Amino acid sequence: MADPKLSLSAARPTPPSRMKHYFTLILLLVLIWLSARGTDSSLQELVQGFPNMLELLREMFPPKWSYLDNILPAMLETIRMALIGTTFGAVLAIPMALLCASNLTRLKWVHYPFRFLLNLIRTIPDLLLAAIFVAIFGLGPVPGILALSVFSLGLIAKLTYEALEAIDQGPLEALTSTGGNWIQIIVYSVIPQIQAHFMSFTLYTFEINIRAAAILGLVGAGGIGHYYEVTLGLLEYEKTSMIILFTLALVICIDVISMKLREKLL
Amino acid sequence: MTPSWKSIVAKPKPKKSRWLLVIALFLLYVWAFMGIPYSGLKDTALQVTRSIAEGLFSPDWDYVYLPDGEDLLRGLLSTLYISILGTVISTLLSIPLAFIASVNMSSTKLISGSGKMLLSFIRTFPEIVMAILFIKAVGPGSFAGVLALGLHSVGMLGKLFTDEVEQIDKGPIEALTAAGANRLQILWYAVLPQVLPGFLSYTLYRFEINVRSATILGVIGAGGIGTPLIFALSTRDWDRVGIILLGIIVMITIIDILSGAIRKRLI
Repeated sequence: MADPKLSLSAARPTPPSRMKHYFTLILLLVLIWLSARGTDSSLQELVQGFPNMLELLREMFPPKWSYLDNILPAMLETIRMALIGTTFGAVLAIPMALLCASNLTRLKWVHYPFRFLLNLIRTIPDLLLAAIFVAIFGLGPVPGILALSVFSLGLIAKLTYEALEAIDQGPLEALTSTGGNWIQIIVYSVIPQIQAHFMSFTLYTFEINIRAAAILGLVGAGGIGHYYEVTLGLLEYEKTSMIILFTLALVICIDVISMKLREKLL
Repeated sequence: MTPSWKSIVAKPKPKKSRWLLVIALFLLYVWAFMGIPYSGLKDTALQVTRSIAEGLFSPDWDYVYLPDGEDLLRGLLSTLYISILGTVISTLLSIPLAFIASVNMSSTKLISGSGKMLLSFIRTFPEIVMAILFIKAVGPGSFAGVLALGLHSVGMLGKLFTDEVEQIDKGPIEALTAAGANRLQILWYAVLPQVLPGFLSYTLYRFEINVRSATILGVIGAGGIGTPLIFALSTRDWDRVGIILLGIIVMITIIDILSGAIRKRLI
């Protein structure tokens, strides 16, 4: 006769093992502990430093509104840099994206190296690019524009080639079967499908580039960022807060406009 | 003679507003390019470019590991530490904020609305500026970088978490409410299982971004590999710039691949 207890336990599924979760948790805690030690983080230091920060925030208030006249040209330069950088990046991204998309460039030995190159470009943060370009071209907005161009190229090309791989193959096949050449296929079947996405990605990159251009000045690559160093170095915090407020206002304005445009596009 | 297709299918006429847009864009670009001082290339530009390229191909391998003091591995490790701790802090801060900011979890629209506003305010605040402020508070070093990343990431993570919470299926919540569960039980058994994979995936994604950010924090003295890089750039030690850049590229690539693989398994 079968043991009723045994049959019951056999019928009930065993809960999944939790060992993996415990193991992950322990690993995570060890990582956090190591990081805290490696960065000399201490809550005590934060608590002690907190009054300093409040003091700093207090000194920032009220912002010095008259400083606006001094930083307006630098802010316009920031917008210019972002605009030109995004445009160059977008123009360069078109051939790059076409070469990376596996449905348009069918040769494996072409699209894999280009994708690798694209990933390589995307690993370098914009401020580092700017620092390197400053070393090459000297101070001013030109290295900033170049850094933003390279950064935009990486971002737009990646987004675009992923969108390109998701396009409808129908028009491509139709044009191929009627004898369209490569350029005709691109112009009549790829571009109509991708242009709205491409414009949207470009606007999105422009939003990011405005933020990036606002800090590139910290490494001497032009724009408003330079004034952070100037005002902080002279301990004129009420001017610093004016810069921050102005940047925030600009970023929010551009974000809203760009978002409205993107909603209309897609 | 057969009529050409152009006479059969009329070409769509472009709108008149299109021309206005083109002209406006053209003027915008004229304005943008006029303002850029084009002074020609510096004489040294080509030479420096060559030096950097040479530095990239003949990196200063000795710098990878020095028995005492600052070397590449320690710099990269400290960058990694900053991004790990920054991500953990921002995740811990983002989770409660996300529940406050999501419409379906908050009691009133006022609370969720103000939560969302706070998140977008944090998002627009550049992390480098945040790092400058934290340096004033806790002094220069990695800790300031950790705090800056931790606070800045809340803007994006909180937004992504909020979207995730707002998308959940109401069914399990209603089922648990009907069975008489309290709020904590609903959160634990109905909400958390639905949002956890998304939360983890977004956290890893933000971690990838934070590693990139942590490499530049050193530019203003907030720790990480950026400090030796800026130092090498200003002393024109191109071999060292080369090895540091290579180190950064390799580290970010490895982390992207690892994190991407884990994220694919999560969702």
